[in-house]
Amino acid sequence: MHAVELPSTGYRRAMLSLREVSKTYPGGQLAVDRLSLELAAGETVVLLGASGCGKTTTLKMINRLVEATSGEILVDGRATKGMDPVLLRRGIGYVFQGIGLFPHWTVADNVASTPRLLGWEEGRIRARVDELLERVGLPPENYRERRPDELSGGQQQRVGVARALAAEAKVLLMDEPFGALDPVTRDGLQRELIRVREQLGLTILLVTHDVTEALLLADRIAVMDHGRIEQIASPTELFASPANEHVERLLDMPRRQSERIQNILRGTDPPGGRDDS
Amino acid sequence: MNSAQLENQLAYFPGYFANHVLLTVGALVLGIALSLPLAAVAIRRPGLAGPLLGVASVVQTIPGLALLALMVPLLGRIGVVPALVALVLYSMLPILRNTVTGALEVDANVIEAARGVGMTDDQILLRIRFPLSAPVIVAGIRTAAVWTVGMATLSTPVGATSLGNFIFSGLQTQNTVAVLLGCLGAAILAIALDGLIRMAELAAARRDARLAWTSLALFIAAVVLATTPIAGNLLGGSQRPRVNVGAKTFTEQYILAELIADRLETAGFEATIRDGLGSTVVFQALAHEEIDVYVDYSGTIWANQLKRKETASAQRVLAEIKTWLLAEHQILSLGALGFENAYAFAMRRDRAEALGIETLLDLALHASSLSVGGDYEFFSRPEWIAVRDAYGMKFAEQRSFDSTLMYTAVSEGHVDVISAFSTDGRIAAFDLVVLDDPRESLPPYDGVLLLSRSAAARPDLVNALRPLIGSLDDRAMREANRRVDLDHRPVDEVAHELSRGLAIPRR
Repeated sequence: MHAVELPSTGYRRAMLSLREVSKTYPGGQLAVDRLSLELAAGETVVLLGASGCGKTTTLKMINRLVEATSGEILVDGRATKGMDPVLLRRGIGYVFQGIGLFPHWTVADNVASTPRLLGWEEGRIRARVDELLERVGLPPENYRERRPDELSGGQQQRVGVARALAAEAKVLLMDEPFGALDPVTRDGLQRELIRVREQLGLTILLVTHDVTEALLLADRIAVMDHGRIEQIASPTELFASPANEHVERLLDMPRRQSERIQNILRGTDPPGGRDDS
Repeated sequence: MNSAQLENQLAYFPGYFANHVLLTVGALVLGIALSLPLAAVAIRRPGLAGPLLGVASVVQTIPGLALLALMVPLLGRIGVVPALVALVLYSMLPILRNTVTGALEVDANVIEAARGVGMTDDQILLRIRFPLSAPVIVAGIRTAAVWTVGMATLSTPVGATSLGNFIFSGLQTQNTVAVLLGCLGAAILAIALDGLIRMAELAAARRDARLAWTSLALFIAAVVLATTPIAGNLLGGSQRPRVNVGAKTFTEQYILAELIADRLETAGFEATIRDGLGSTVVFQALAHEEIDVYVDYSGTIWANQLKRKETASAQRVLAEIKTWLLAEHQILSLGALGFENAYAFAMRRDRAEALGIETLLDLALHASSLSVGGDYEFFSRPEWIAVRDAYGMKFAEQRSFDSTLMYTAVSEGHVDVISAFSTDGRIAAFDLVVLDDPRESLPPYDGVLLLSRSAAARPDLVNALRPLIGSLDDRAMREANRRVDLDHRPVDEVAHELSRGLAIPRR
């Protein structure tokens, strides 16, 4: 499914580094606890965990939608701490869980958000918008002038992805991007994301609680719990040697589902096998 | 009601309407210009939003007339400025409230996305929050527009001309045509403004640029058209020396202002009447030289300005206020006009005879079973305190009325005795008796002509007004009041007749 297996990052340039990053919220709640993580250029890492495990906070600390309490974050070798957060965000693509398209703007204006903020000239913006709409499967001639409320949920998130990519960011942060979509739409978008990633050489950090999605998209999966990474490994390694019981339990459900589907396909599905307990 | 009366009032309409439009639109534009940046601050710091909206709500709870009147001492002047300030304050709450609420209620996902794509806080406010809450903001502006049109009618007593001049003078002189004209004008203006803003709202909702420009063009055209009648005044107008004549809010004052204006016009001045001014407002206006001349009453100055509680002879009061006014405010008391409009207690003749009441002493004996009516200020005035204390007066009931309704109230038996004005034509017309004041507890109320410092320094002006001194006796004044209040004759006609009847040499 993915072109390159990356068991380690040793031989590639690090595009994104988190070193001992912690976040304590004003109430005293420790959301992320000395988390370290490194993504090589072109790599896709999925932060997997239940809600409240600190995965979204981790993602938001990278473009400083949430400020880290301690630790260091580097994007393409540069520490984010001293940067203007606004300029930092313009250089990083972000796809939101709630999609968050600007409802009063056309599809083209939404996609053009960051290039406009960066002061690109209009001809270049127009060409870029058309290119990206094409890439995410929304023919520009049909979709440029539409408004978000005229689009389906799947189409809206395609625009969300195009908006995140518009300013030629090399790093893409995705917060449960397909969570609200129906399975068929989700599958289509996941496959397109893989295609776009290969074409553009994107480095992606994606947050999800959906184990199957993590397995399908990730070069490496970082399993999170209580603000820490319990294990980070390729999907194959994860199945082969889960670090603890929690990781094992997490993988149990997709394994059972997959076995059952294989049985169905072979015609050997035992009666009563639908019991999900 | 007749067509001559309508014609007479209609002549004032363009001017009043134009001033009303300027006042309303000016207040609305300023209100929007102040509210939006304030709302922007409150949105940035949600901790400020609560207190800010709280203050705006408190302003809103102050009755409109009180807020307007408060502006006069606060700003130390009368006219358009205090009216405008009060109206701006009043218009701000709905705009502020809707802008803050609307902007803070924008979908949190959209705001997070705006931060995520790299917008600054200002950009989020201007490109996301404001446009997305535009319908709510415009709704607030519409509310403010309608309120402001209505409240602007109350700016007459602080000296700003508006459609309220129709309403205030109409109510005082019982001229229904004038009152209706004022209300009609305000209703037309409110509907027109609301319609235009709705049009702009629609343009914003549909993102229709042409409709937006059309509504803006219509708006500007309407304002320009409505204000043409006073454009001349605003740009300088007449070459003749100008004099501002002030008047309080009752019939006699309207007549006297017209009488003074009539004298001045004859002498070659351009006189402007600013009527419907509150009793203390008019004095301050003269002290601040915003009006040049008006008629006040010696007892009023004695009690309200000199804060004197005892009474004295008419001559002594006149002499003392003259000295005091000149020393304290450089105001020239040119002299008494000749009539006295004193507070007096009046009863229906049959009722007084039945109870055997002829004097305030008799009244005090029956007071505990009688009700007394007064105008709005009477029961807080020193005169009432003086009478009450001199005679040990203690009434069963005390009621406040509009001064025009007082006479009807006593003649129809709603109250037993009222604090009448001695020159009021209705005393004779309703067959009321005025009770004697054997203890001389009520001060004298000679009508005196007061001139501001700058007016007193203009010999031509002083000479034009001096013949009025001593020319107007009680009988003439009462007759003029009666013609307006009971015959419903236009004030300017009655004043003109009065002017011609005076024993004054004319140029």
